[in-house]
Amino acid sequence: MNTPVPGSQYKVIGTRPIRHDGMDKVTGKAKYGADVKFSKMLYGRVLRSPHAHARIVSIDTSEAESHPGVFAVITTSDMPDLVDKMADLGEGVVNMAHLGDNVLAREKVLYKGQAVAAVAASDVHVAAEAIAKIKVEYEPLPAVTWVLDAMREDAPLLHDNVFTDDMGKKSDKPSNVDKEIHFLKGDAEEGFAAADVVVEREFKTATVHQGYIEPHVATADWNEDGNLTVWTSTQGSFACRAQVAEILQIPISKVKVVPCEIGGGFGGKITVYLQPVAALLSKKSGRPVQLTMQRDEVFEGTGPTPGSFMRVKLGATKEGKLTAGEAWIAFDAGAFPGGPIGPACMCVFSCYDFEHAKVDGYNVVLNKPKTQAYRAPGSTHAALACETVLDELAEKLEIDPLELRLKNAATEGTRRVDGPVYPRIGCVEVLQAAQASDHWNSPLEGPNRGRGVALGFWFNCGLKSSASAHVNPDGTVTLTEGSTDIGGSRASIAMQLAETLGITAEEVHPQVVDTDSVGYTDVTGGSRVTFATGLAAYKVGLDIEGQMTSRAAELWDCSPENVRVESGVYSHNGDSLTFAELAEKLHATGEAVVGRATVAPDGATNGFGAHLVDVEVDPDTGKTTILRYTVIQDAGKAIHPSYVEGQMQGGAVQGIGWALNEEYFFDDQGQMKNASFLDYRIPTFLDVPMIDTIIVEVPNPDHPYGVRGVGETPIVPPPAAIAIAIHNAVGVRMTELPMSPPKLWKAISDQS
Amino acid sequence: MTKKTHVTTTINGEETEFLCEPRQSLLEVLREVLDLTGSKEGCNNGNCGACTVLLDGLPVDSCLVLAVETEGAEITTIEGIAQQGHLHPLQQCFLEGAALQCGICTPGFIVGAKALLDRNPDPTEEEIRFNLAGNLCRCTGYDKIVRSIQEAADRLQSAT
Repeated sequence: MNTPVPGSQYKVIGTRPIRHDGMDKVTGKAKYGADVKFSKMLYGRVLRSPHAHARIVSIDTSEAESHPGVFAVITTSDMPDLVDKMADLGEGVVNMAHLGDNVLAREKVLYKGQAVAAVAASDVHVAAEAIAKIKVEYEPLPAVTWVLDAMREDAPLLHDNVFTDDMGKKSDKPSNVDKEIHFLKGDAEEGFAAADVVVEREFKTATVHQGYIEPHVATADWNEDGNLTVWTSTQGSFACRAQVAEILQIPISKVKVVPCEIGGGFGGKITVYLQPVAALLSKKSGRPVQLTMQRDEVFEGTGPTPGSFMRVKLGATKEGKLTAGEAWIAFDAGAFPGGPIGPACMCVFSCYDFEHAKVDGYNVVLNKPKTQAYRAPGSTHAALACETVLDELAEKLEIDPLELRLKNAATEGTRRVDGPVYPRIGCVEVLQAAQASDHWNSPLEGPNRGRGVALGFWFNCGLKSSASAHVNPDGTVTLTEGSTDIGGSRASIAMQLAETLGITAEEVHPQVVDTDSVGYTDVTGGSRVTFATGLAAYKVGLDIEGQMTSRAAELWDCSPENVRVESGVYSHNGDSLTFAELAEKLHATGEAVVGRATVAPDGATNGFGAHLVDVEVDPDTGKTTILRYTVIQDAGKAIHPSYVEGQMQGGAVQGIGWALNEEYFFDDQGQMKNASFLDYRIPTFLDVPMIDTIIVEVPNPDHPYGVRGVGETPIVPPPAAIAIAIHNAVGVRMTELPMSPPKLWKAISDQS
Repeated sequence: MTKKTHVTTTINGEETEFLCEPRQSLLEVLREVLDLTGSKEGCNNGNCGACTVLLDGLPVDSCLVLAVETEGAEITTIEGIAQQGHLHPLQQCFLEGAALQCGICTPGFIVGAKALLDRNPDPTEEEIRFNLAGNLCRCTGYDKIVRSIQEAADRLQSAT
């Protein structure tokens, strides 16, 4: 498997070596967050609000404190007072005071499931008994859980200190609308006047959760000298460190975060929940404390992605040229400000070249869990709206839907509605690959069957990454990095170092280390790790190669410029040493070879994907079955194609779940009624077919190996593609997610 | 503190004794008492399959089995799947086939798939999907898991 790809300019990149951490993960040896154990360790449980909106009148912890086996009980009064302070966590900016309230509620609870108090005890059962003995008196307040209701003047107000930020201008009175965004390009009215056909539709999407299989977990040990160590499952150990230090009001240098293996995140494991609470329990009890969430706590107490209301209008000439686009998007932020309204507004028209477009976005707080990043945050919602309307335009214009997209596809030089001009992108190549695919060219026959195609976009962040590596005497290289590995990134980063040094992937030993052991590294998110940490690894390689060259020159008594390096072989005038031979010699002749690099690439890259789906709808039940699915995506350059395919397949299936099943059911009291995996219903093995993939490679000019991030784009097109396929199967336009059997059955029934 | 019960089982071929409270699940005892943390807790209510172990040869969610019920039972966990320093073909094929991303569901899938192959050495795609429908994976979209189980089945069959 791990042999160079014939015809490739690379020896390692593009091959499929076994991931370095794989052995531990198939044998059960890998240490995930809940697998760390210490002597004298205590176990905690968190008490959560039963109300969607209530004032906390009093909390009495005395009975819990005297419960046998209890070592510490904490409430918000054990936490420092926090002032408003904005901090960028890598996939969004948060106010630390709000973050603190989300960790332990202060005066009010703003959603059911918000943490109120916590206990550390000898085991989890004792802790559970003890939290049941904490008496909280609440004064219930009216709750609101639908975004348009929360925007009304007479809606219950969540915060009296949140004012609308309208492109930098603050409103005079408090509001549930925390942010407005307005983008304008050209003159939309003029554009629509020039259109032969205009289509406008409204869309609703339900709140959905990332659904990682590993619940949140944190273990904290607060030493007598004030140094705090946190072992946790996190997408960003440095982001976690910053939040913990800020919430606890201790210097960042006093906090060490040890990232354990992480059982999925998808954006949801960037913000902290349990880490500061475990720390306070440790401080109070003088022991290490481990806190894990139960699955219902994950659904009710951690951040899903927004529910939304959107209206999109598109106009086109009869030749199929888009003349104008208009979008009005309202996202629910959950209980506190912040959320992906910005990316949604940036992404809604990002696949196409519009001369005229207008986008208005509103971010709205309401009584649901605070939303967090979820894989391409905001873009899946936006694509549902834009792509569905575009498909209807294609239908009205009688133009092939891929042709219509190709006629309007964004290319290098296209200015997005939100401002940036695209560098070299692969949008057209992706559409052409879809057009040429076996799937698109295979007939689909049979009643109630339909095919859909949709396009999706996500940008990738640069942010900061650091790495270092040392050359071992046996010619292997130990790579130290700070990017937590959610899906095989140790391999994709190690492979870039191996390629640079001319050694094999197996000769690099990547280690993900704690915040004291590597330079600052931003989150594993924003599809950035293979791109940015990979860039750092490449630069580490250049550093090592430079040192090895100089040392070889000393050995051969020549100048470094006269040492030739090719595919890991160093030579001069007939003398020649492989990387391993040179490493051994250098170990015996002088100082160690240690390379380092830290990067903050300016360029964000752009990833486009097209999805093709065939569905069959049962008109008697409204159930949609996915018959065939193909994901086409521009990866720039696929470093490890298996894990690129894996991202494409996994993202598609998450999108299928979002499209067809997943949603938070809230009753009229703001209570979630389906907080378990089976009731929430992420796709099971039986729900999906094989997912075919076509990797397109349009190299990213801003990366030495052409890498574009691939992790997030695959979740963007599925709901739109499936909605379109359902239309082609049974003739109804579904504009509400999920397109679950009851809703689809009703739509089919209403139609006939 | 509830009074503890003494239980004798065979775990991964070794006779094992432990003390547990009546309310402790087999998963909790494996992880917290016996330090066998390879079986994972994803839901603690039988929804996700990450804690799958073999109980007298049959796959069960160990979070739904009380530890006291396992007196005299034979239990195989993920830690017992590789034999004498050799990976089981399922483990090897999961590695080669990139059938894991975050890896938290992997122990449950491998144990569950072993139970399937033990009684059906040549399962169809449909049979694999049906038999492992109680194991959730959120990362892979299942495609590479199906392929890796099929590949392992082929290797096991050609070895016999």
